[in-house]
Amino acid sequence: MTATFIHPLTAFIEKTFVITEFELRKLRHDFTELITRALQPALWLLIFGQVFSRSGAMHTGNIPYLDFIAPGILAQSVLFVAIFYGINVIWERDLGIVQKFLASPTPRAALVLGKGFSAGIRSLSQTAIVYGLSLLLGVKLNWSPLALLNVLLIVVLAATLFSTFSLIIACIVKTRERFMGVGQVLTMPLFFASNAIYPTDIMPGWLKVISHLNPLT
Amino acid sequence: MSEIVLEIKSLTRRFGAFTAVDALTLSVNAGEVFGLLGSNGAGKTTTIKMLTTLLPPSSGEARVASFSITTQAVSVRRSIGYVPQAVSVDGSLTGYENLLIFAKLYDLPHREQQARISQALEFMGLTADGGRLVGQYSGGMVRRLEIAQATLHRPRVLFLDEPTVGLDPIARDAVWKLLVDMRAKYGTTLFFTTHYLEEAESHCDRMAIMHLGKVAALGTCKELETSLGGGAHTLSEVFVHYAGTALDSGGNFHDVSAERATAQRLG
Repeated sequence: MTATFIHPLTAFIEKTFVITEFELRKLRHDFTELITRALQPALWLLIFGQVFSRSGAMHTGNIPYLDFIAPGILAQSVLFVAIFYGINVIWERDLGIVQKFLASPTPRAALVLGKGFSAGIRSLSQTAIVYGLSLLLGVKLNWSPLALLNVLLIVVLAATLFSTFSLIIACIVKTRERFMGVGQVLTMPLFFASNAIYPTDIMPGWLKVISHLNPLT
Repeated sequence: MSEIVLEIKSLTRRFGAFTAVDALTLSVNAGEVFGLLGSNGAGKTTTIKMLTTLLPPSSGEARVASFSITTQAVSVRRSIGYVPQAVSVDGSLTGYENLLIFAKLYDLPHREQQARISQALEFMGLTADGGRLVGQYSGGMVRRLEIAQATLHRPRVLFLDEPTVGLDPIARDAVWKLLVDMRAKYGTTLFFTTHYLEEAESHCDRMAIMHLGKVAALGTCKELETSLGGGAHTLSEVFVHYAGTALDSGGNFHDVSAERATAQRLG
């Protein structure tokens, strides 16, 4: 046995980063995922956003409609991808990958957090897409380094949290079919009961209350 | 008297009213090749899952490399390697990366990692393919990589659940040759389950036939063949005698679909 003694906390952090590293290495071999991730925000901004911006149906005060929905679309797309992240683990469990990791001395929490954190980093690609498209569509962006850092931090944190939540759901429901069902049930209400694509001012009172409690808002 | 590396005492696992493993008691010596035989649903996989700390026992105890599976799970995990029945390497990483991640997770000293991985790839005949994605490997290569991954940290005991399921005879022979070489070189104890009686016959020092969660017979192949009385019998006859001929044997839907899925992925 060549194992050396390492403090449990150091080991935990180290193992979390090992798991994250290898999840990210997968992107190096196949980055199609990053392209498919870009599709949804692009459709919302380029089609939905453009059409509603022209129609003038949404009253967003003195902010142009596209400027209003750009951050909402970023949050929405990050949340959606994060909520469905857990399906990977169901796939890995159907194979024997999860069992092999669990039979290793890796702390359980490091396995979950490492995967969640990798999902957080992956979601940076969506941030780049939404910023790129916004620039193209003439959305007024705040380029101050502090604001940018703030956005990046929130995106990574939110994606990590929601994908960890998704991993927990995956562990409970265990099959892909049930997981997809739960995912749909979660994402749609979160999206429509938020201020991602319309301001809360135009919502009925009861929806406003829900919207204020909604993490997406 | 050789050292006992695996000691199982009255190990029991119940799922609701169903008892999958029923007061299993046996011990395995260091360096032994031990086979666990039995029909589907006899409790082989449940036994391996308890010994690898993946499933807590309902009652009873087992010690692996002198550590308790219930109170010293992390020490047990450091002492064992596990090759599950289903495919356990990641097809979206290269063979080298699949080994590197386990080298890191098992805390192999940084300066030894590269040498250990190269050695493992060479031992498994995968040196030329280390940089390729595992998704492009053949079934035999996948199994060899899985064994390399599970033994990178030189475990005292290697658990293998149906290591040759879904492999053609040539790939099966290659896998066994490596396992036998590994035992000779590192003294690794091999504890495996199989459906292939000829594999048990040619490679096991001792074997146990499980039936309905209990050990129905235990001994060397010779001992089992003469245990029925009235002259020597074939291992196949011995197996049928102890494991029964019930038409309803064959495990549940989940077991069968998991096994066929593995066979399909590797074949």
